Amino acid sequence: MKRGTMVRRVALNGAGLLVALFAAFPVYWMIATSLKPNREIFSATPRPVPAHPTLEHYREILTGNLIPGVTFADFFLNSLLVAVSTVVLSGLVALLAATAVARFRFKLRTSFLIMLLVVQMIPLEALVIPLFLMIQRLGLYNTLPSLILTYLGFSLPFAVWMLRGFVAAVPKELEEAAAIDGASRFQTFRRILFPLVAPGLVATSIFSFITAWNELIFALTFINDQDRYTLPVAMTFFFGRDDTAWGPVMAASTLFALPVIIFFLLVQRRMVSGLVAGAVKG
Amino acid sequence: MTTLTKASETSAARENPARRRRRVDRLPYLLLLPCLVVICVLLLWPLGQVVAMSFFRLNNVRQLRGDREWPWVGFGNYAEILGDPFFLTVLRNTVLFAVANVALTMILGTLVGLLLNRLGKRMATFVASCVMLAWATPALTGTIVWKWMFDDTSGLVTWMFNALPDGLSNALFGRADWTGYGWFNSPLLFFSILTLVVVWHSFPFIAVSVLAGLKSVPSELHEAARVDGASSWKVFWRITFPLLRPVFGILVVLSTIWDFKVFTQQFVLAGGTQDRPTFMLSIYSYAEAFSPPPKYGLGAAVAVILTLILLLVTGLYVRMVLKQEEES
Repeated sequence: MKRGTMVRRVALNGAGLLVALFAAFPVYWMIATSLKPNREIFSATPRPVPAHPTLEHYREILTGNLIPGVTFADFFLNSLLVAVSTVVLSGLVALLAATAVARFRFKLRTSFLIMLLVVQMIPLEALVIPLFLMIQRLGLYNTLPSLILTYLGFSLPFAVWMLRGFVAAVPKELEEAAAIDGASRFQTFRRILFPLVAPGLVATSIFSFITAWNELIFALTFINDQDRYTLPVAMTFFFGRDDTAWGPVMAASTLFALPVIIFFLLVQRRMVSGLVAGAVKG
Repeated sequence: MTTLTKASETSAARENPARRRRRVDRLPYLLLLPCLVVICVLLLWPLGQVVAMSFFRLNNVRQLRGDREWPWVGFGNYAEILGDPFFLTVLRNTVLFAVANVALTMILGTLVGLLLNRLGKRMATFVASCVMLAWATPALTGTIVWKWMFDDTSGLVTWMFNALPDGLSNALFGRADWTGYGWFNSPLLFFSILTLVVVWHSFPFIAVSVLAGLKSVPSELHEAARVDGASSWKVFWRITFPLLRPVFGILVVLSTIWDFKVFTQQFVLAGGTQDRPTFMLSIYSYAEAFSPPPKYGLGAAVAVILTLILLLVTGLYVRMVLKQEEES
């Protein structure tokens, strides 16, 4: 019996290690490759750990011009501008809507919630063509605002769905007390509800940020000038050349993925509860 | 509503009760307004527009800008797509890929969830952190790294196959030298690698959700069953699965929706929209519309077909979520 449990524990832990290896290895390999000098990257026998770690690939992508006159920093800033604008707009609109849904009982409340769910299931891939049409008509083709607008629509439904839980979690008694003390509705909102919902707003914002930061298809379609590319588009461009320079590509991938990975790990718990919406209790 | 009305009745209602009540009724709608506008303009309107576009012949970007007229073709675009034998290939690719990926993701995710539940605390935290890493990685970077591992000269996978003893490699695959091997050349191999990439990305969500579900099941049930001598297999199918059935239902539907419209991974792995034999619905629609010569109407029709398929699956999902909200 005792031997049996020993064997079982070893087997379980072994399986755990295998899963960990499968999941984490590609991320490790990306970082490891980005730190290897070229002769190690292209050697016949790959080394698991960089023998002579170097930052040359990072230096190359950060200082070199990918396209004449345009550097990695430009793409990074384009991406950042788009993502941050999306976050601010979507956070503001979502907070208002979440307050309405969590604090009021009104006629169309349930219909609105159902619509939120359904709308999240619209395949965004199917909207590239009509949104391309809209962007053309609005004269926004080849501008970053075209992307901000698009990502606002994409991130909003999930943001409202997630924020409504945070608003509902703030005890109503606090607002009642403030109102009794003579605070106006706006004051109650700003002084009581907003500070208490702020952590939830941060978590929600991170999801909007990730949505905007990672998006490729629309950015690829709506932007024409290379100096307006966002990072994902720049990377596919950079990467689509014949002789692939894996060192710089891995360095760029690392710089692109790092903010997302860090943000994501901060908020992943909310992700599960948001997506499985009530199915998972506890 | 009660809070705010009751609370402010003390001051405001005394002065002008009629006006006060009207404002309370309107406020939630005012708060919803910006959100509704955004959803209508950026999601629902385009959704209608894509259906409309699918009935026109639109082969020029100037038509989109409104400089030229739109010739109405009725169901012409649909007839053209459905009459093309290539559509069957695309549909078969899409469905087979989705089925294989949902099945593999669910199986691997569930196994990892069960495993995490039984590991010791430290080990579980370590494995869960690694699993999270795969989930957190952007689809684009994940795909690029896998593509690098399958590089035909210095990729890790190529090296591993080269490292196999020549005799064994010959007996199994009929070749010993893998340098220069075209990993992405045959559709079957391409789809296998794409599956690897997509499953790698999506199993963490399943594992974490299953784990969360498991934590909510009273452990006494499992212990009692084990004391009675039930095998792990039996415990899972007789106790765990029935209790977590709603969770599994939602996870299957969500995975199906996601795997039906995989785009980024395929686009990056195939290096664009040239590899027609491996097309699936979403990339087919995109390529029809945007690779020259543009056929926006045709692309829109493919997008509508994709949407209709997903609509069916979504109907299922919404019904499940609503049922659960009622129960809890």
